[in-house]
Amino acid sequence: MNILVSISHVPDTATKIVVGADGKSIDSKGVKYIMNPYDEFALEEALRLKEKNGGTVTVATVGGDGAKDVLRTALALQVDKAIFLKAENPDSFVVASSIADVAKEVKPDIILFGRQSIDFDSFQVAPMVAELLDMPSVTITSKLDINGTSVSAERDIEGGKETVSTTLPLVVSAQKGLNEPRYPKLPDIMKAKSKPIEERVANGAAARVEVVGMELPAAKGKGKVFGDSEGDIAELVKLLHEEAKVI
Amino acid sequence: MKVLAYLEVLDGALKKTAFETITAALSVASASGGSVVGIAIGASADAVKAAADYGLADCLIAKHDILAKQSASAVAETLAQAAKAENADVVLLPASSTGKEIAPRLAIKLEAGYAPDSVALAVEGGNVSVTRPVYAGKARLTVKITTAKKVITIRPNVFTAKKVAATLATRDFAPSLSDSHVKASVSSVSRNQGKLDVAEADIIVSGGRGLKGPENFHLVETLAGTLGAAVGASRAVVDAGWRPHGEQVGQTGKTVSPTLYVAAGISGAVQHLAGMSSSKVIVAINKDKDAPIFQIADYGIIGDALEVLPKLTEKAKAIVQR
Ligand SMILES: Cc1cc2nc3c(=O)[nH]c(=O)nc-3n(C[C@H](O)[C@H](O)[C@H](O)COP(=O)(O)OP(=O)(O)OC[C@H]3O[C@@H](n4cnc5c(N)ncnc54)[C@H](O)[C@@H]3O)c2cc1C
Ligand SMILES: Nc1ncnc2c1ncn2[C@@H]1O[C@H](COP(=O)(O)O)[C@@H](O)[C@H]1O
Repeated sequence: MNILVSISHVPDTATKIVVGADGKSIDSKGVKYIMNPYDEFALEEALRLKEKNGGTVTVATVGGDGAKDVLRTALALQVDKAIFLKAENPDSFVVASSIADVAKEVKPDIILFGRQSIDFDSFQVAPMVAELLDMPSVTITSKLDINGTSVSAERDIEGGKETVSTTLPLVVSAQKGLNEPRYPKLPDIMKAKSKPIEERVANGAAARVEVVGMELPAAKGKGKVFGDSEGDIAELVKLLHEEAKVI
Repeated sequence: MKVLAYLEVLDGALKKTAFETITAALSVASASGGSVVGIAIGASADAVKAAADYGLADCLIAKHDILAKQSASAVAETLAQAAKAENADVVLLPASSTGKEIAPRLAIKLEAGYAPDSVALAVEGGNVSVTRPVYAGKARLTVKITTAKKVITIRPNVFTAKKVAATLATRDFAPSLSDSHVKASVSSVSRNQGKLDVAEADIIVSGGRGLKGPENFHLVETLAGTLGAAVGASRAVVDAGWRPHGEQVGQTGKTVSPTLYVAAGISGAVQHLAGMSSSKVIVAINKDKDAPIFQIADYGIIGDALEVLPKLTEKAKAIVQR
């Protein structure tokens, strides 16, 4: 089975966000970058598919030089090939176009993504790649059964789950619950440092979305805090009804 | 600008997101001197009439046998054809689980820029600027779509649907579709029976590890029942197996923006806040006055959730039943 995994590098979730001098992006000083947590599920699924069916796992990432680190993590997990597509601040369309370029060459049976990247939560690269390649897609996938070329997948929807039938070749975006990701072993992390990473420039398409500005959310005024007496709780309920008008 | 508004349908009726999409579409159209045309799939002209109460005057009803397969790629193709036929500059969809699958495909088909999950829209010149929370709600990003055609999804529950009377005319729209447009089809749907889902609820009451055990969650359920709310949970209690995964709110769970969010026994870790910080009013119940949840709460009660919840339910009942 020929498998392609698209992974992104994102600030650790615990990062304190400071807007940079350009007013359009974060100040990356002191920020720890990690593999997008949902991409761990995608990568794990790829490794399991390979273990079961044989084949190769290729991983690709689009970004600035810092993004190469996530490819090292993937190499430590024994993927066969890592491709770095260099681009400064690509928009999602440029990312999708670049991943689609790699797919045209690799001709994967399946392309795995995370449900969303936790930096911009934009939730769009996977369906875009599917459309660019005229392939089916299943997003927010929590269960994947592949039988020959026919596929049955479960995805989370509002208020329940949906079972989707489709066929390979396929684009899948992974949700928590799909599997339990493994962690790289220390000797493999060491070995990964000297493994080759293929480097190229990203797709040259023009960005379709331009950042105008980034700001911190307006600080909330101090909330009204009460004790747990009957009177306090009655007062709170009254405020929810009369002041906030939410009940 | 001419705006095409995608009206989501469930079991033949318009969903709440449909009215929110109309409200957002009308605001873009009026600020730019344009008009709105709706499009619904799988609804009768009768069912679509409800949209007239929210100011929609013109609506397409798309009909094709293939659309019964509920394939996101076939819906994207239908919307692309409608957008071209109607000369729409902007297509607005809800950022629901299906909307988020349709919109990126649609954007590629229309060679449009796509801005997802909008919580604020502003028209400037011939352009729309779109704001959404990023970095788990720790920042807000505003983008401009630089292409002529634009696709935008709006976060559910944020654009409060506004009642405006209109006379609605519906038109049948027959997209030209073939089996090649059905890339994947829904073979079955299992709904959490009778339970309101956090992703769609107006009010959510969530419980965390402070509830001490699954046996105490009836306190959360009773308050939720009284308020007509959905039950939510922190990841800690989902991981512990106290509550189902579908209830988890946060970065690895669902993103919600209800009008009221009650967090009982939840510390307010950043990954939890990521999923609920855009709620309109937040009430926190926690015995630790320094719990981070109080930093974003509009109202707080410092106390034992096991004692506070029943009292709160009793007082709320008196108001709700009045
Ligand atoms: C990558 C990643 C993703 C994550 N995603 C999510 C996510 O999607 N959603 C999520 O919720 N978390 C998520 N987490 C976990 C998150 O970091 C917290 O661990 C979790 O939210 C804590 O849950 P909690 O508030 O219920 O428990 P705790 O942090 O243990 O807090 C319990 C709170 O209850 C209070 N308390 C105790 N007893 C009482 C009482 N009797 N009455 C009232 N208050 C009481 C305590 O003061 C405390 O504030 C994620 C973590 C990581 C690393
Ligand atoms: N810069 C990137 N390089 C490679 N893959 C990416 C990149 N950004 C996003 N992805 C992939 O697309 C998925 C969805 O991301 P997004 O659409 O940005 O929320 C991620 O989980 C990754 O699998």
